Amino acid sequence: MADILRLEAVRKSYNVGMPIETEVLHGIDLALRAGEFAALIGPSGSGKSTLLHLIGLLERPTAGRILIAGREIDALDEAGMTELRGRTLGFVFQFHHLLPEFTALENVMMPALIDQGRATRAMRERARGLLAKVGLADALDKKPSALSGGMQQRVAIARALAMNPPLVLADEPTGNLDSHTADDIFALLREFNRAEGSAFLIVTHDARLAAGCDRRIELMDGQLLAATV
Amino acid sequence: MPFEWILALRFLREGRMQTALIMAGTTVGVAVIIFITALMNGLQASLATRTLSTQAHVSVRAPDDAPTPVLERAGATSVVAHIEPRVQRLRSIDQWQRVTRELVALPHVVDVSPITTGSGFAFRGNASKSIALMGVIPERYDRIVKVSDKLTAGQFRVGPGEAVIGIELARDLGAAVGDRIRILSSENRDDVFRLTGLFDLGVKDLNRRWVIMPLRSAQSLLDLSGGVTHIDLTVDDIFAAEDVATRIVSQTGLTAESWMAINTQLLTAFKNQNMTTRTVRVFMLLIVALGIASVLVVSVVQKQREIGILRAMGASPRRIMRVFLIQGGIVGGSGALLGSGLATLMVYGASFALLQDDGSALISGRIEASYYLTAAAVAVLTGLLAAVAPARRAAKMDPVEAIRYG
Repeated sequence: MADILRLEAVRKSYNVGMPIETEVLHGIDLALRAGEFAALIGPSGSGKSTLLHLIGLLERPTAGRILIAGREIDALDEAGMTELRGRTLGFVFQFHHLLPEFTALENVMMPALIDQGRATRAMRERARGLLAKVGLADALDKKPSALSGGMQQRVAIARALAMNPPLVLADEPTGNLDSHTADDIFALLREFNRAEGSAFLIVTHDARLAAGCDRRIELMDGQLLAATV
Repeated sequence: MPFEWILALRFLREGRMQTALIMAGTTVGVAVIIFITALMNGLQASLATRTLSTQAHVSVRAPDDAPTPVLERAGATSVVAHIEPRVQRLRSIDQWQRVTRELVALPHVVDVSPITTGSGFAFRGNASKSIALMGVIPERYDRIVKVSDKLTAGQFRVGPGEAVIGIELARDLGAAVGDRIRILSSENRDDVFRLTGLFDLGVKDLNRRWVIMPLRSAQSLLDLSGGVTHIDLTVDDIFAAEDVATRIVSQTGLTAESWMAINTQLLTAFKNQNMTTRTVRVFMLLIVALGIASVLVVSVVQKQREIGILRAMGASPRRIMRVFLIQGGIVGGSGALLGSGLATLMVYGASFALLQDDGSALISGRIEASYYLTAAAVAVLTGLLAAVAPARRAAKMDPVEAIRYG
């Protein structure tokens, strides 16, 4: 199967050109196939979040190539990155980052709304369907503040899948949930992986969750452990 | 509805307290601006109307006599000369009937009244007073200076051998309606007039000096048979008087003075008032702009995380910027709407509360539509401009920073 994600010799430094320049990632080579379900693990400070931000097109690498869905991101300007991000990537964060002003349904519609500029009936139906799949068919019109932590994370997952993205990035998606709820959320991610065919890259501290993934990629001091790639 | 509008409206709706406060501020600001403008214009119109109740808006007369130079300046010869200004004599306006027709046809001109005026004395018994002869066509002159409204006795009727004088002059001469007075002109001609009315123009000097008589009588007393010395006229917009005067000068070659040129101190007062009003308006706008900007800046900081996630979901910085600009525009626009409503109430209330000495309202209860439109346009623009800095700040926000510190 084709690679949805490819990183070649990717480096990332902060404070480039200053005395306190620090390199966080020291040459990462990584490929993810379409539909793969992978965990990215490693201790705090190993560079997991930085790597995820690079893959998420929120930051640019200092050196190396990144290809997402076959597109070289070096060739893209800011607008191109924004568009690619909106259409090919879905995000699930540790903190759900739902928009508190909008209902669950509106939050799930948001990525499509950003993409198309105005709300359509199809968008609304897709969002309704996704919320039904995460078990929130009864909470469509509730604001995030009226939902529990687990329910908020379910809404966030539904939102990440709204554009049917080929790659979903999750940063500690179960980080602030109790273990029972965490298992539910993880099961949901797996379910979407199977049903929608999206590839998942999940950053986690939780060894139990990592064990449930098809592949474990381990990051240590800014380098991938060879055995896991 | 476009994405940016959906977000802007929802942000405003959900930011209840902030939105309510800033809308209230904008509303009051716009209302004050409209109100003070209406009040000032009302004041000025009232003042001008009072002043102009005894004056023509524009007065046209023959050009002054200029001295004719007697010495030719030839070659390199320098001449030291003292040129004595000519003594001005009574002159009538050349072909005044034709000029009158021409003036009536000018834009803005409403009423035109030819007048013959000069100086003289009034006698009764052994009392004599210096007076100004005002030879008029009564029905025409009454439209310029409403003498008939200002009568305290008798009526405004000046047939042949009849005259109307001011109350001060009547007292000085001990005369009443029906009495006869003798008028001697500066040209040393005299005639007897029967008084048909007494007027009070509200200006003592005029009440003491004016003797209003038929045009023909003044013409013969002043030795200007068939001539008129002035043509007085009124215009529909009193502040256009100066333009009309300028136009008359260039078109007829006569001298024309507007009430503005005659009452320069009044005009200076108006100009100062206008400057004060403008200053107040500018500062009100500034306060409104700062209010909108500060609320939006706070809103941007509060929404840091949401802006980050919107960026991660594919919203470009430009669109994020638009969301905040729209909020500024909406606040400005709705402030203009509510402010116009408030101003209408204030002006309506003031039309009852602020009365002049004679009991009439100082300002009319209506506001011109142009005030509303101007206020609305300026308020929306102010809102947009005020939102520029917060919007740029929102657009520049780094999504990684926003997300990392959730």
